[in-house]
Amino acid sequence: MAAVRDETATARTIVLDVPQWPGHLAGQHVDVRLTAADGYSTERSYSIASAPADGEADPPVVELTVQRLPDGEVSPYLTQTLAVGYPLELRGPVGGWFVWDPDGPASTRPVLLVAGGSGVVPLMAMIRERAAAGSRAPFKLIYSVRDPGTLLYADELARREQAGDGLEVTYVYTRTAPPGSSQPTGRINTATLASAGWPPDRSPAVFVCGPTGFVEAVANLLVRAGHGAGGIKTERFGPSGGKP
Amino acid sequence: MSDYMDGNMLGGTLGELFTMDVTAATITCVSCGASWAIAETHVYPHAPGMVARCPTCEEVLLRLVRGPGRAWLDLRGVTSLQVAVPGG
Repeated sequence: MAAVRDETATARTIVLDVPQWPGHLAGQHVDVRLTAADGYSTERSYSIASAPADGEADPPVVELTVQRLPDGEVSPYLTQTLAVGYPLELRGPVGGWFVWDPDGPASTRPVLLVAGGSGVVPLMAMIRERAAAGSRAPFKLIYSVRDPGTLLYADELARREQAGDGLEVTYVYTRTAPPGSSQPTGRINTATLASAGWPPDRSPAVFVCGPTGFVEAVANLLVRAGHGAGGIKTERFGPSGGKP
Repeated sequence: MSDYMDGNMLGGTLGELFTMDVTAATITCVSCGASWAIAETHVYPHAPGMVARCPTCEEVLLRLVRGPGRAWLDLRGVTSLQVAVPGG
């Protein structure tokens, strides 16, 4: 581990210096394996938060953002114990389906990203890759969080949106809106997707990542709104063994 | 509360068995004939090993168990695996 960055009270970005990193695509993950002194070992998947371009730097940099789960087996170690200089066993990059490639065949298509909580992590890699590659594909991010204190990458998202080069971000607060905001709290619904997403006739590439219930609800709303199921890619995570 | 995840999480172990990423490969369900990317299947990781079920009919498509020095892949519910091969 080369560096660490606290993102929120319970989430931390781990910056890894990975020798011989083979390169990755935005949206891929790595499997992290921890092995105890007695030989017990356990493995979790974490989405890569950094852009592929950072993995091509010298030395190659790979960033993971880990949300600490209160009863977690691995995330407390990664967010509280792991210190700069400690080694970490990684396998990856893993996954070739939930990916956005600025050089791929559909690279100019509009993109809709829908994040539930820390499901924003692989989508952030796509946003960072879009900027790093100078892509002009128009991006919209709908980011649902419980309250402003759990927002990941808030400053960076604001900065990237203000650059005015085709990234729009809409926040949805399920429990508490920011102080002074007149925005009602609630879940993503048909109206959110219609006002903050793309109409189906633009045939956007859609990436939805979050807890299973969130992903099912959003995917169903999108299909009901007329989006083809084939254009919607989903990634779910759960309380154990899940991403990110 | 849904207690499944999805086939994206099978990539690491399947990557030890196959030379290319197969989570993007299309599989066809023996039971109902529906086709899905492996990444889209519903995965129950709580069994000893991981069980992937068909999102259409919820029948078991495949089971994947990784033990020390060994992996078992049971494809009982899959009629075919269609993989994009780079370079034609």
